[in-house]
Amino acid sequence: MFSLSRKDLLALAIFTVVVLTMPVWLAPFGAAYPGLMQKFAIYAIFAIGFNILFGLTGYLSFGHAAFIGVGSYTTVWSFKLLTMDILPAMVLAVVVTGVFALVIGYFSLRRTGIYFSILTLAFAQMSYSLAYSVLTPITNGETGLLLARDDPRYLDALLGAQANVAGLPQPTLLGSSVAGYAGFYLCAVILILTFFLSQKVFASPFGMALRGIKSNQTRMNYTGFNTKPYMLAAFVISGMIAGLAGGLLSITDPLAGAERMRWTESGNVVLMTILGGVGTLFGPVIGAWLIKYFENIFSAINTNMLNTAFSFLPDGVQSFVVTVLSKFVGEGWHLTLGLMFVLIVVFLPGGLVEGFHRFMARLKRRSAAPERVSSVQPAE
Amino acid sequence: MNETPPNIILHAADVHKNFGGLRALSDIDLQIEEGKTHAIIGPNGAGKSTLLNVIIGRIPPSSGAVIFDGTVLTGKAPYEINQLGISRVFQTPEIFPELPVLHNVMAPAFARRDGAFRVNMLRSVGSEREIRDEAEAILDDIGLHGRREDHAGSLSRGDKRRLELAMCLIQRPRLLLLDEPTAGMSRHDTNTTIELLRKIKSTGMTKVIIEHDMHVVFSLADRISVLAQGCIIASGLPHEVKEDPRVQEAYLGGSVE
Repeated sequence: MFSLSRKDLLALAIFTVVVLTMPVWLAPFGAAYPGLMQKFAIYAIFAIGFNILFGLTGYLSFGHAAFIGVGSYTTVWSFKLLTMDILPAMVLAVVVTGVFALVIGYFSLRRTGIYFSILTLAFAQMSYSLAYSVLTPITNGETGLLLARDDPRYLDALLGAQANVAGLPQPTLLGSSVAGYAGFYLCAVILILTFFLSQKVFASPFGMALRGIKSNQTRMNYTGFNTKPYMLAAFVISGMIAGLAGGLLSITDPLAGAERMRWTESGNVVLMTILGGVGTLFGPVIGAWLIKYFENIFSAINTNMLNTAFSFLPDGVQSFVVTVLSKFVGEGWHLTLGLMFVLIVVFLPGGLVEGFHRFMARLKRRSAAPERVSSVQPAE
Repeated sequence: MNETPPNIILHAADVHKNFGGLRALSDIDLQIEEGKTHAIIGPNGAGKSTLLNVIIGRIPPSSGAVIFDGTVLTGKAPYEINQLGISRVFQTPEIFPELPVLHNVMAPAFARRDGAFRVNMLRSVGSEREIRDEAEAILDDIGLHGRREDHAGSLSRGDKRRLELAMCLIQRPRLLLLDEPTAGMSRHDTNTTIELLRKIKSTGMTKVIIEHDMHVVFSLADRISVLAQGCIIASGLPHEVKEDPRVQEAYLGGSVE
């Protein structure tokens, strides 16, 4: 089925279950509300897309947030001009971002290594600045692009589907609302589809060619591969997925602002991928979830919560523990994340996924060792 | 003497190459007959590698042209030259160290079947039975079948060279270029490689070999060209070249004996 190996099918099944049961297993972590889970899903999509480029080809783009921005703006414009239905919005977000990625990729891919990274960063920073200056008619500058009651929505008007409800219109999927849990499940399904797509890319001859480029571009050229279109295809696919993620951000919260294109956002997706494991299927997803969790939950822990948590300790010890820990939570969450990042890069260059593999290998060795001992003994 | 053989597959016509003021190749006229193994020998710095690089399109000649089966190679990108049917083994093996040995051999087969660029995402590498079987057969031939799941980077130097040769062979090239295929190999590995190259010889594949080792050259070559100071000073059958006084003076006599 799907022409995936049995191992990949199993991974897909596990992934599907994990994603769809997020409301259950995230509850103990205090993160089981739709608004946050949507973000988990959307940024996982973003990271998966990024990993198709960075993980397979080794080309480090520092401008992927620009694609999130383009996807967001396109989606909101589709809401304003065409219809509140999300299907055309998503398709347009992917297509427009794809064209945008084609242009940026065409120029950036003329260089490799650090120069490629700098070029993508330059393009993203340019988009970010333009959104605040020349392009304000499209982006609405610092206010951000918002929906309005009197938006034309030509397609809706044509079909007579113009909702005459009070307040702002809400995005719909074929007539039903995508607010709350519906929104989460929408993002969850798209995340699963994206994961499936990345599995297909990883397992395909196309993915093998991309790995070949990462491993030895000279050999690729002398083996008859024209590496440039391969790189461009990977860049565009990766950009389109980021555009889709941007579109979903605007679907779950119908506005678009240039802050989504900041270079820190581009940096975040790099962190997510490295934290989880570059070039692995699960790594980017785990990294995205971890960082979003830290950003939203860890950052909300305050001194009072720490005091309650450590109230069982004697007074002096308690205040000491709380003083120390409070530097790492709340506003200090960056410190925790930073330390974690440093530790992982130094000790687990393959990210958390590598850590998991090492752990499993050790378990296997430990369980295998006693057997070997007992099988040796009779021989003596 | 001057009768031209009818099946010249590669012709380097009047090739010159200058690096700045340095004359690396001058007045090269080299004809490679189809199906033959043609060795290019010469002392260090004679321009052997430069000549190979000009043929493969890695460096452009200052003047002259290289013609492969009616197509001018000059100015073509390496991947285009490969797609015409020319594969190359490098002096230091160019393989994919991070990929499994099996995938190292499969990738070139995809380039042969699918051309220089094709986004093939529907099938998976594992389900490409035909190419997989072919790759496994070649790995069996070169004795690396047992290591097909290992990363190519973990192979020994000699195995890497054999792997690179397998990567070229699976493309079934019309012309195979080998840049010192046995350099740095042990006597044993050299002999296995000679055996392997002999086996390929019987398939009728045209080969150009650059080699220092006279033992290798005289066990494989049908034709030998001797390069000295950027010029071809002799070209012909092995025994003719061996007996040529200019060759003995410039190369065999001077540096070997």
